[in-house]
Amino acid sequence: MMRLLPWLYLAAMFTFIYLPVGVLVLFSFQDGGLPVPPVEGLSLRWYADILTDRRLVDALTNSLIVAISSGAVAVVLGFCAAYALARHVLPGAALLRGLLIAPLTVSYLIVGLGLLMVMNRLGIGLSLWTAGIGHVVINLPICFAIIYASMGAQHKNAERAARDLGANEAQVVLLVTVPMLAPAILAAFFLSVTLSWDEFIIAFLLTRFDVTLPVEIWNLLRSGLSPRLNAVGSIVFLVSVTTVLVLELLVFRRRRS
Amino acid sequence: MTATVTVEALDHWFGELHALKDIVLEIEAGEYVTLLGPSGCGKTTLLSILGGFLDPSRGRVLIGGRDMTHVPPAKRPTTTMFQDYALFPHMSLRDNVAFGLRMGGMARRARHARADEMLDLVGLAADGSRRPHELSGGQRQRVALARALAVQPEVLLLDEPLGALDLKLRRSMQDELKAIQRRVGTTFVHVTHDQEEAMAIADRIVVMNAGRIEDAGSPSRIYRRPATLFAAGFMGEMNRIPARTTGDGIETPFGPLAMAAPVTGDLVLCLRPEAILQGEGTAGTLDMGRAEVLDVAFFGTHCRAHLRPEAAPDLVLVAHLPPADPPEAGKHLTLSAQAKDLTLYPKEA
Repeated sequence: MMRLLPWLYLAAMFTFIYLPVGVLVLFSFQDGGLPVPPVEGLSLRWYADILTDRRLVDALTNSLIVAISSGAVAVVLGFCAAYALARHVLPGAALLRGLLIAPLTVSYLIVGLGLLMVMNRLGIGLSLWTAGIGHVVINLPICFAIIYASMGAQHKNAERAARDLGANEAQVVLLVTVPMLAPAILAAFFLSVTLSWDEFIIAFLLTRFDVTLPVEIWNLLRSGLSPRLNAVGSIVFLVSVTTVLVLELLVFRRRRS
Repeated sequence: MTATVTVEALDHWFGELHALKDIVLEIEAGEYVTLLGPSGCGKTTLLSILGGFLDPSRGRVLIGGRDMTHVPPAKRPTTTMFQDYALFPHMSLRDNVAFGLRMGGMARRARHARADEMLDLVGLAADGSRRPHELSGGQRQRVALARALAVQPEVLLLDEPLGALDLKLRRSMQDELKAIQRRVGTTFVHVTHDQEEAMAIADRIVVMNAGRIEDAGSPSRIYRRPATLFAAGFMGEMNRIPARTTGDGIETPFGPLAMAAPVTGDLVLCLRPEAILQGEGTAGTLDMGRAEVLDVAFFGTHCRAHLRPEAAPDLVLVAHLPPADPPEAGKHLTLSAQAKDLTLYPKEA
């Protein structure tokens, strides 16, 4: 009995975590009009429905564009900040580091409201661009933290060696630093992509006509529950899981070898 | 390629810390020089200044007669072999070795051919496509050497290159480093804190302490006739016997000594353990009288014994006696030493 307890606990925990997702995915295959029990038979009709829905497909494409481009920008900016702080003696380095990390502690709602006010004041119209800027703001600290933490002293000596062998600063960064830090850089990028892909509040506040998928799902929710929503949700989940798996295979596997 | 290195009146401060004090050093082209000293003595700082990683606070560095004091590392005819090897983990060995040539604009095929030659020189000809993490410490060290030599530097700077290797491998790499240096003819400047390594490898040893050069010269000269008490102690075990000047010579616990005193007042008479001989002295030797054997340990090539001389019972001498038929503890021996093995220094304050 005592040996079983840890396993029961484990099973209960996983049920707690994955039951909602499981239910969501299960009822996305519902052959009826309502995503509630009983299951009336399995069908892919709701997937066909959403994939022919112009607005949903647009929102999905928008989400991918915003996630990938904001992730890329956040990684580049995060890398530059990490390189500067790890490799150079700067006045007020501790303060700069703190300021770079601090946005992590501010809620997305506050960040979104702040950006909304700034955009309004500057007269910048809301669009995917502004949502992308918002996602860079929230992902930059994460990218910075991941990359900064992986910049060790052994990398520093390799950079010195490259300089000693005649490399200029750009060659040092592109041929030595970035390839050596590739695992951390890729991890930061994929994490940014998943966070941006799932993000609702900032995208909701900072977009108007073109919206991202979470915002479109919100719009759908207002017209009541439907297995369509489950199908969209399953696709969102699938993309997130795929990204994490790619990260695992590409980055962590290689590091272990 | 090879060149002379001249260091003129060099001083360096790290904030308040005076890390290098008036360093003057002349290294000949093709010479193998080791900078030897305890940690914190400034030897690595000096090497960093030669490599261009540090700008000295004062003084000049000339390489091959050209002023290099403020030239960045990339533009210097020097390369550095780092203590942790600093290989590029994401590149094959061939690409590692060819990196400097690539920076110099050499075409891929030519630089790969040259890299393979260099890998051959260090005995890794078959491993060009492997990655650094597949190698042992000794092999990484060879790759680092090949990479540093591939660009044909005039001066190679080695920062404790053998520090991370185990003793046996270190001894065999010493021989190899020396052999490669002979073959390529490049000037080598090698930093170490291991005096045996320095003696095994160097044409000339520069002993440093607290930011100063204490002594510089051939290994045998520094071992036998060290210039300072610090150099004497750092180069190996030393018996220190108190002495002082009197009106007409030098007084030691073993009687008067006919040697020129470096200063008047308190002195230290130094004697290597292997220079303590058994038996009574003849003319030109120091008679040390009878001494009691306290303990004896067998070392293969010699027996290391602690001895208490009757003439100075508060002194314990270390002697290396012949390994054949060592004396037992408690026995008494008669000791002497030849005058040429004695050195005298002013007593440290």
